[in-house]
Amino acid sequence: MKIVVCLKEVAGRDTRYRIEPGGRWIEESDLSYEINECDEYALEEALKLQEKHGGEVTVLTLGRSRAEKSMRKGLAMGAHRGTQVIDAEGRATSPHAIAAALAGALKGEEFDLILAGTQSDDYSYAQTGVILAELLGLPHATIVMEIDVDTEASQLKALREMESGWFQWVQLPMPALLTIQAGIAKVRYPSLKGIMQAKKKEIRQIPLEQLSIDWDSLPKVEVRRLYLPEIASKAEMLEGDPSTVASTLLEKLKKEARVL
Amino acid sequence: MSEQVFVLMDHGQGQIRSTSWETLRMGQLLAAETHASVTAVVLGHQVRQLAEQLASKALESVLCCDHPKLTQYDPDTYCAALGQLLEAEQPRLLLLGHVYQNIDLAPKLAASLGTGLVTDCIGFKLQGEELLFIRQMFRNKLNADVAVQSATPWIVTMQSGAYSADELQEGQARLEERQLSLEQVSARRRQLEAIEGMKGSVDLTKAEVIVGVGRGIKKAESLEMIRELASLLGAEIGASRPVVDNEWLERERQIGSSGQNVAPRLYLSCGISGAIQHIVGIKGSQCIVAINSDPNAPIFNVARYGIVGDLFEVVPALIKELRAAKS
Ligand SMILES: Cc1cc2nc3c(=O)[nH]c(=O)nc-3n(C[C@H](O)[C@H](O)[C@H](O)COP(=O)(O)OP(=O)(O)OC[C@H]3O[C@@H](n4cnc5c(N)ncnc54)[C@H](O)[C@@H]3O)c2cc1C
Ligand SMILES: Nc1ncnc2c1ncn2[C@@H]1O[C@H](COP(=O)(O)O)[C@@H](O)[C@H]1O
Repeated sequence: MKIVVCLKEVAGRDTRYRIEPGGRWIEESDLSYEINECDEYALEEALKLQEKHGGEVTVLTLGRSRAEKSMRKGLAMGAHRGTQVIDAEGRATSPHAIAAALAGALKGEEFDLILAGTQSDDYSYAQTGVILAELLGLPHATIVMEIDVDTEASQLKALREMESGWFQWVQLPMPALLTIQAGIAKVRYPSLKGIMQAKKKEIRQIPLEQLSIDWDSLPKVEVRRLYLPEIASKAEMLEGDPSTVASTLLEKLKKEARVL
Repeated sequence: MSEQVFVLMDHGQGQIRSTSWETLRMGQLLAAETHASVTAVVLGHQVRQLAEQLASKALESVLCCDHPKLTQYDPDTYCAALGQLLEAEQPRLLLLGHVYQNIDLAPKLAASLGTGLVTDCIGFKLQGEELLFIRQMFRNKLNADVAVQSATPWIVTMQSGAYSADELQEGQARLEERQLSLEQVSARRRQLEAIEGMKGSVDLTKAEVIVGVGRGIKKAESLEMIRELASLLGAEIGASRPVVDNEWLERERQIGSSGQNVAPRLYLSCGISGAIQHIVGIKGSQCIVAINSDPNAPIFNVARYGIVGDLFEVVPALIKELRAAKS
């Protein structure tokens, strides 16, 4: 079974974002990057499926050339090869554009299953995977917490997360695209051996320009301004050293809020 | 004819979902500011009675699309149905709630129509003639004003709680049926059984006091001090999703849109940022306390008392105070 995992590199969790002078985007210099959380879960699930059913796992990313680092981590976890679309100017920022580029990179590739994340931790569109499915003419299911593949029948069952603790099984013919929710499996750490092997694995690099995307035909969704949200907090902030705030808090919970 | 704003009304178990009512309110506000009219759309089978509930709201019309193939949701059929309706009616905008079903549907619809989609919005604004949608980005730390340039209808999904359904304007709406031809559509995705996953030994919905723990705790071993704090307070322990995803605590302890909704007297959150999916689960709490090292963390927006600080200092201090009070 051939599985493609869409893997996005995003700024790390503890990033203190600065906004660039134009006010339209963040300062991207000197941030540290990591693999988008649910994409790491997607890769873990892909590796598990591959271990069970055979075949190979390809990681696919679009980003600046620095994203190679995250690709290598994916390869160290066990992915067999990588495809990296290099968007040197940061042109593909809308979900339609990113999905069009990912679809372009998959042209001529064979696959049975594509896994993407439910949403990216930086843009949080929750769109790219489904748009990619539509562009490739594939059936899809989103927010998936379990996958059961029947390679003989070339179909799969996916468990979709629903509201308030409910889950729904759905059945799809393959090839298909699933978007994976965090928590689907316990993510492995790359082994030392994996890290060594990853250095030698193939990453096919494709400059974005080579994909001849018809930019004018894509819907434009543009960020006009980025800013810190107004703080709407009505909270009473308790100040002082830890033992002072601790005693003030307990006092207030007893006497003022009367909840203790 | 003035421009039209369509709002898709989701429903389940014969009831319209709360996020749809809120989204409808956003539709009314947006229409008022842009001199447009609002139309509510109900899709499904035997849904006339739901459409009738909408006829008493201040809307231009209610479009009821009833078809046996719409009994259960699948993306192929629902996308075809909405696509047909939108082609025929040509609204400027389609608004939907940012809920599980629409996360599955809206991007497919936008891609198939070649129109722009803005997801999980918390508001809109007019800048001159230009309509901008407001959404959170970058781990909810920044807001973005987003403009769309594409064919219409633009599709916009709205975050739960962004607008208040209590403010919906009453009035009268024309109820109309729309026939869709869905005979040609064959759904590739089949719906199988649904299961309830959160059942377990822990029922947080009845807890009077809950200590909520988030990713700020960093590792499972550190939960020991949370356990001690909870035991001194006579509290249950609840968690944000990442704590559970990392298997530091059982799934039943997850609070939020995909976990339990709780309503304790006291919710003491430690190292939780306050993402909307968590907030919806704790809205019913009488008193929320937030301990977080980031003064801009959104959790402070819903807290009554806030402590900006390191939970690894504040929690031990609380334990010490509570122990001293006991002895
Ligand atoms: C479809 C879907 C469903 C979801 N359902 C749920 C759900 O049901 N429940 C849920 O909780 N989430 C849910 N989520 C995830 C949600 O979007 C957030 O990612 C999650 O709530 C974040 O958890 P957190 O606040 O613990 O972690 P983070 O957002 O990483 O926040 C950690 C916080 O800890 C603080 N911190 C770090 N170190 C310290 C310290 N030493 N002292 C004090 N503070 C510290 C940081 O400042 C930060 O604010 C869902 C997401 C999706 C897409
Ligand atoms: N630049 C990218 N490269 C590879 N995959 C991506 C990229 N952007 C988004 N994706 C995939 O699409 C998912 C959803 O992203 P988003 O639509 O931005 O929330 C992510 O979890 C990734 O799996």
